[in-house]
Amino acid sequence: MMPTPTLEPAAPIDGEKSPSFWQDARHRLWQNKLALFGLIVVTALSLVCFLAPLLCAHVIGFSYEEQSLALGPVPPNRVHWLGTDPLGRDLLARLLYGGRISLMLGLCATAVSLVIGVTYGAVSGFVGGKTDMVLMRMVDILYALPFTIFVVLLTVFFGQNIILLFVAIGAVQWLTMARIVRGQVMAIKQQEFIEAARALGLRRRRILFRHIIPNLLGPIIVYATLTVPEVMLLEAFLSFLGLGVQAPHSSWGVLIKEGAEVMEEYPWLLTYPAAAMALTLFSLNFLGDGLRDALDVHASKD
Amino acid sequence: MTARRPSLAGIFLCWGLLLLCGCGHRQTLVEIANRAGQYRVGNAGEPSDLDPHVAIGQLEHDIMLSLFEGLVYADAKDCSPRPGVAESWDISPDGLIYTFHLRHNARWSNGETVTAHDFYESYRRILTPSVAAQYSYMLYPVTNAEAFNLGKITNFDEVGFNVIDDHTLQLKLHSPTPYLLAMMIHDSWYPVPISTIKKYGAIDDRSNPWTRPEHFVGNGPFVLKEWRMNSHVLVVKNPTYWDAEHIKLNSIYFDPDESLDTEERMFRSGQLHTIRRPMQSKVPFYRKYKPQLINIYPELTTWFFKINVTRPPLNDKRVRQALAMTLDRRGITETVRLGVDIPALCLTPPGTAGYTSTARVREDPTAAKRLLAEAGYPDGKNFPTVTLLYSTSQGNKAISEAAQEMWRKNLNIHVALHNDEWKVYLDAMRNTNYDIGYAGWGADYADPSTFLDLFQTESGNNETGWANAAYDRFCHAAASTGDQAARFAAFQKAEAVLMDEMPIIPIYVFTNPRLIQPCVKGWYPNLLDNPNYRSIYLVPETN
Amino acid sequence: MLRFVARRFLETVPVLLIIATVTFFMMHLAPGGPFDLEKQPSKEIKARMEAHYGLDKPLWQQYLLQMKHLLVGDLGPSSKYPSRSVNEIIADAFPVSLELGCEAMAVALFLGLLAGMLAALKQNTFLDHAPMSLAMLGLCVPTFVMGPLLISAFALHLDWCNAAGWYFARDRVLPALTLGAYYAAYIARLARGGLLEVLRQDFIRTAQAKGAGQERILFRHALRGGMLPVVSFLGPAIAGLLTGSFVVETIFGIPGLGRFFVTAAFNRDYCMIMGSVLFYAAFVIGMNLVVDIVLVWLNPKLRFE
Repeated sequence: MMPTPTLEPAAPIDGEKSPSFWQDARHRLWQNKLALFGLIVVTALSLVCFLAPLLCAHVIGFSYEEQSLALGPVPPNRVHWLGTDPLGRDLLARLLYGGRISLMLGLCATAVSLVIGVTYGAVSGFVGGKTDMVLMRMVDILYALPFTIFVVLLTVFFGQNIILLFVAIGAVQWLTMARIVRGQVMAIKQQEFIEAARALGLRRRRILFRHIIPNLLGPIIVYATLTVPEVMLLEAFLSFLGLGVQAPHSSWGVLIKEGAEVMEEYPWLLTYPAAAMALTLFSLNFLGDGLRDALDVHASKD
Repeated sequence: MTARRPSLAGIFLCWGLLLLCGCGHRQTLVEIANRAGQYRVGNAGEPSDLDPHVAIGQLEHDIMLSLFEGLVYADAKDCSPRPGVAESWDISPDGLIYTFHLRHNARWSNGETVTAHDFYESYRRILTPSVAAQYSYMLYPVTNAEAFNLGKITNFDEVGFNVIDDHTLQLKLHSPTPYLLAMMIHDSWYPVPISTIKKYGAIDDRSNPWTRPEHFVGNGPFVLKEWRMNSHVLVVKNPTYWDAEHIKLNSIYFDPDESLDTEERMFRSGQLHTIRRPMQSKVPFYRKYKPQLINIYPELTTWFFKINVTRPPLNDKRVRQALAMTLDRRGITETVRLGVDIPALCLTPPGTAGYTSTARVREDPTAAKRLLAEAGYPDGKNFPTVTLLYSTSQGNKAISEAAQEMWRKNLNIHVALHNDEWKVYLDAMRNTNYDIGYAGWGADYADPSTFLDLFQTESGNNETGWANAAYDRFCHAAASTGDQAARFAAFQKAEAVLMDEMPIIPIYVFTNPRLIQPCVKGWYPNLLDNPNYRSIYLVPETN
Repeated sequence: MLRFVARRFLETVPVLLIIATVTFFMMHLAPGGPFDLEKQPSKEIKARMEAHYGLDKPLWQQYLLQMKHLLVGDLGPSSKYPSRSVNEIIADAFPVSLELGCEAMAVALFLGLLAGMLAALKQNTFLDHAPMSLAMLGLCVPTFVMGPLLISAFALHLDWCNAAGWYFARDRVLPALTLGAYYAAYIARLARGGLLEVLRQDFIRTAQAKGAGQERILFRHALRGGMLPVVSFLGPAIAGLLTGSFVVETIFGIPGLGRFFVTAAFNRDYCMIMGSVLFYAAFVIGMNLVVDIVLVWLNPKLRFE
């Protein structure tokens, strides 16, 4: 099909055709120092957590489950760099192992909820009418169902399985995302450039995924980064209900929750897990902002 | 532009005002309450009801203790039965007939006299099948009480309660029960205001609203004044109570916070005189900085692992013994439980009503290894994975993790951990659908039978699948004699069987670290953790 | 618009019906019942307790019976609190949650919108980074940490207010802050994101080119489009806030409704679960309706479909 130079803004349509769009985007991302920092930190954290068994065996010298009741909880020192928990277990080792669960869950569950939420919301908002009505009422229903009971049922009928964690989290996390995207889509589809694209006879799916969703990147990326810490903390609640990682394994959410209970006596048990999560979130956030700017459909006009 | 910007001066003014509000010592609620004679208790949760025949929990018990009085009540220090509504009683030489002489000046809070008929009708109510009172079994020593409660007989006249006259009540037992008076301390023996209950609904309706403050009638030292859900229960001194002159408190305020951390912060900020639950995790803190605020005393509660003896490899006695012998109980009580509890080497807490078991678990990892080898798992080889089930709470988790590690170290076996939400956990235990389960049991009354009866074959709370004819026989023997020495001898034999067969692995006897403000006087620790509102008084200046 | 609202109300009936039905079967499927207690009652006693609440009937009869009661607005008795009905419990607890929710919402909107707008207007300056970093910290510090931290500082050390409880006006401050801060962080991030998206659109550039002032651009042009994500987020958020927060109510000892959403499930208090779910559902549906109306109002090109 023909480029449509008269359309405003023309960039997305140009962009998809032009081989330089993704190169441009990558270039812009590399230019953005904060985003680069975010990317490096997230990658490094993931790598370190992934290598936790190796690191624990050779660098830290303690495993996540090795107890020392005689030692008990001690603050950070030269042997235990981040201190130990009440059972005398090395916090750093537990943090690294916990990070494997939390990072995987935070990133994957968020990605899953992102895909479902964006698609669902976009379709609902774009098609409108009866479809929108039915889809949105289904969201209302899912919002209202008792989550605690749902999780209990999952554990009872399917046992304890890491996949179920994704199911349970996925079931709730995409709802708000879908509503946000729907609201945005409804607003954008009235704009001139969409109507023009329609007049040109572009297929609806193409309009939706090529022209509308790229314009939503801002709110989507923002909400996605907001979802990551929520997912990590939700996991702590799920493990309270018996779903998720089983002791003596742990996760950042569980470590934070348990640390919060003893934050006056052993503050390091709260601060380090919280710091790990904060670091991840900040990095993801910078990365998200950078990505948004890099993929910005308007920016290429500047 | 400038006009719209809030001036810096304005901001400082606001902060200044805020700071001023905070200056100076604020009177704490405890200080205010001390002057008003109000005792403020952190009561651990919202009471489900205040009807002694419906409510079952400890926190309801603590409130009802102020609202009702049975024939006897528990002594503040040693929990022994003291004359309550009954000023005296006679026991027949064969121990089967109890005659209670009621006080003539015992009154309901509406001014009516408390009579033997009230007790008779109350006992009829709690035993009526349709009331479905969970603690009705506390009355089972009385002749035919069980039959009536189970609907096998319908004529209450056949049950061993007899009204001799307005102020004399007679109880006939089917067999001698030396601890009957100790049982009668329990809420299930309280009288309830029958005419009031009938006024607000059916006598056997669990949902009868007679316990609302506007309807409530009781016969205890205090009477219900306010009850707002999740906010508070306020009871005030009952002027019609027969011993009102010796009650020093004017009112008691029960704060129903479910979160223990919240309660502890309220205690620390001077909102509560005491909190009912033990504050385990803060014990080192209080011991170090505020030892005057903490009282540590033992309670009649044992925590143990229940073992499902129907599943291999735990159906082998030697495996169970090996597991029991390899727990480092001292390590658990000192570190995990922060040094307040006592290692338990048998089921019944030592000194329960004068009984201490001679049968003990031996802690001996070497012998345990040998036993495991004999059972076919030398050095833990081929030992299948068994799962330790616990209900979700921080304390349970730590104990389970510690035990898992001890078994791994000492026996080289892997025990998986599994936590469940409370009701799911209960369901699994009920249906014996577990391998090892972490559980506890608190005494209903001060007697070894409250513990040892648990593991009889017929007991609903056995849950281990363990059935032992000899054990049952010893328990029955103890139940059918009035001779204390013979009973204890039978209990010793029963407990010896239990500690050999090991359907449970005792871990520790619970010790209560109780937070209480020094301005509270006349409070004594006791084995049943009964609060003693009769003797408590407040001395404002000591805080 | 009236027709639109009326139609939505009609749609609500089947939605609530589906929610009630699914909830009913979910909660009865869950293991453990209201009378599975730590000290197990005897079989006979338990059976009679269940009979009192009609739990001995076949499930389909229970279902029809409960639906019949629900139709006339009777949520049934609470099995955990035998002398109270669910209607009564909700009527007692809701006003408290409503008050706290409104206060928290005010905090969240004020802080969140202020920070979000500042950050969007002054993108990549200190005024952008500082509030956004704070917002991110707010997200990393969950309410169960934030609450105790605030209590520790303001109640235990500075002694400005009670550590928990719902007695005086000043006892409202900490819970409202705790609850509001988390939502403020969300709102700030979403407002900034939404505004930035709008600010780079062409009509804003046109307005700028025409020489319109910053504030004029923000308030006349950008806010409408920029608020869309916030508004969409607010629907479920307000419903959640007004019906109470389990964590905040527990930490601060507030006699609100929020704790029942969780404890009712833990207690298997069937009528209470159903009551709280339907109550919350009504709120979510109502708030989403309001959101849809606001969306149209913010974007006049849309019509009520």
